[in-house]
Amino acid sequence: MSGIVTQRTGNAQRRDTQVGESLLVRVLLILVALAFLGIFLVAPIATVFVSAFSKGVGPYLAALTQDETLDAIGLTLLTAGIAVPLNVVFGIAAAWLISKYDFWGKSLLITVVDLPFSVSPVISGLIFVLLFGARGWFGPWLSDHDVKIIFAVPGIVMATTFVTFPLVARELIAVMQAQGSDEEEAALTLGASGLQILLRITLPKVRWGLLYGVILCNARAMGEFGAVSVVSGHIRGLTNTLPLQVEILYNEYNFVGAFAVASLLSALALVTLCVKKIAEWAASSRQAKRDASARALAPVRTAVSLEGIAP
Amino acid sequence: MRFKTRGVLPGFGLSLGYTVLYVGLLVLLPLSAMVIKASSLGLSEFWVKVTDDRALAAYRLSFGSAFAGSLLNAVFGVLVAWVLVRYRFPGRGIVDALVDLPFALPTAVAGIALTTVYSEHGVLGEQLAKIGIKVAFTPLGVTMALTFIGIPFVVRTVQPVLEEIDPDVEEAAAVLGATRFQTFRRVIFPALLPATLTGFALAFARSLGEYGSVVFISGNMPMRTEITPLLIVTKLEQYDYAGATAIAAVMLLASFGMLLLVNLLERWARRAEA
Repeated sequence: MSGIVTQRTGNAQRRDTQVGESLLVRVLLILVALAFLGIFLVAPIATVFVSAFSKGVGPYLAALTQDETLDAIGLTLLTAGIAVPLNVVFGIAAAWLISKYDFWGKSLLITVVDLPFSVSPVISGLIFVLLFGARGWFGPWLSDHDVKIIFAVPGIVMATTFVTFPLVARELIAVMQAQGSDEEEAALTLGASGLQILLRITLPKVRWGLLYGVILCNARAMGEFGAVSVVSGHIRGLTNTLPLQVEILYNEYNFVGAFAVASLLSALALVTLCVKKIAEWAASSRQAKRDASARALAPVRTAVSLEGIAP
Repeated sequence: MRFKTRGVLPGFGLSLGYTVLYVGLLVLLPLSAMVIKASSLGLSEFWVKVTDDRALAAYRLSFGSAFAGSLLNAVFGVLVAWVLVRYRFPGRGIVDALVDLPFALPTAVAGIALTTVYSEHGVLGEQLAKIGIKVAFTPLGVTMALTFIGIPFVVRTVQPVLEEIDPDVEEAAAVLGATRFQTFRRVIFPALLPATLTGFALAFARSLGEYGSVVFISGNMPMRTEITPLLIVTKLEQYDYAGATAIAAVMLLASFGMLLLVNLLERWARRAEA
């Protein structure tokens, strides 16, 4: 899956030139690939920044400091501030469960954790409207007690949490399964408690994967559009998040404003990609270190097993 | 439950309890609310709602453009993965990082950016308009947006497989007199096929439900450029909860079908590797 930090090992490094394409074919293939990515990726992201600054820095800053935009920034920060910690705690629990134990129904649980990925964002919003909307399951009870969830902040937080909930878990499951439990089991035999193992061994081991998971979850929480759009009711200054503000400004033909707000979210996306690169690099250098220490220890292990102490 | 095989580390009960509770409250309860609502409609009413002309037109557009976009991604995704794994060129690291952009960029931002690029006054739209191709506010625009959304899927599923292919196999093919193209077609491509299909299916599933990046570029004309998720939103805004739920149930069924297919493909890929 695209979001996962993987350890890049394999045969890529020891490629030689005996078997391969001619220089012309290589250059041609590279150019076609770059053209494809240029048209579909670079052109849109460049357009965001070019359009945002098309009238200069003054109008850009003016668009960002509008009251409605500031309100949207506040609500977006609040939403991500609730959704991300919830999903981080869940992600750690789920990753611990799935990577450390074998139990009945594990593959079903993994499928269920991935469910929000395969559900349309629109449906992710709709399910909360059906639960908490005026004519939903809990609708009458909620209106009797004067609690508003749909077209209010709690609905936005719920929909965002739903949409972003697999992100941290997936990232951590992949990293923790790849790293195995040797260190944790060693700590256990030395008398560490579960909490000590989690805080002192596991979390430091997976810190880069965790960081990327948190950053990605945060970017997606701040940028979620479809699900939030269904539950928000688009009340200006109250239930407008940044992506909804982008839509409103764009539909009012305020292009500089729309792209100015969009540039904030794009910058966040670019930072997310940088963190992923760093996390990948850290994961592969950790793997290299492990391989090196395994090689260094290999003679010792052989000696020990020859004495019949270890299997 | 087979407690014997659990593992020795503490915390099984706590993490299981918390995970199941969280998943139950946040995912299973809301989703089952939708399933129950849809099944309360009655079969004949449900059938009428999910097969009216406007809904059928929306399915055709959604499935058709998702298929076209994913197909484009299958072809170019393998090419991009190939170039990133096999060749060294300046900026390769940046290009590799950029592939994940559709995964991190908010869909609404992608939507307005793509619309601006492909509108008749946009950078690419203007050139295309000169040769008579209109992109924005046509089904072609929907396909372009869905292609954008699907880019990471094929690249990221094919890349690791390509990295693991043993160069000896290719050398053996070359020694036996195969041309480079023959080697690709007969040796490399069969090894990449399961991953390519998995990536295609993942991109297709994601494209089916995509909303934010499409609504700006599609123009949203009923019967012509209205995708299924938009039809659900339209029905919700008219307080037609039953109609919205019925169509959402069809989409949910389609996503689950795709999820099943992806699982089968991944199983096939693992067998092919072994």
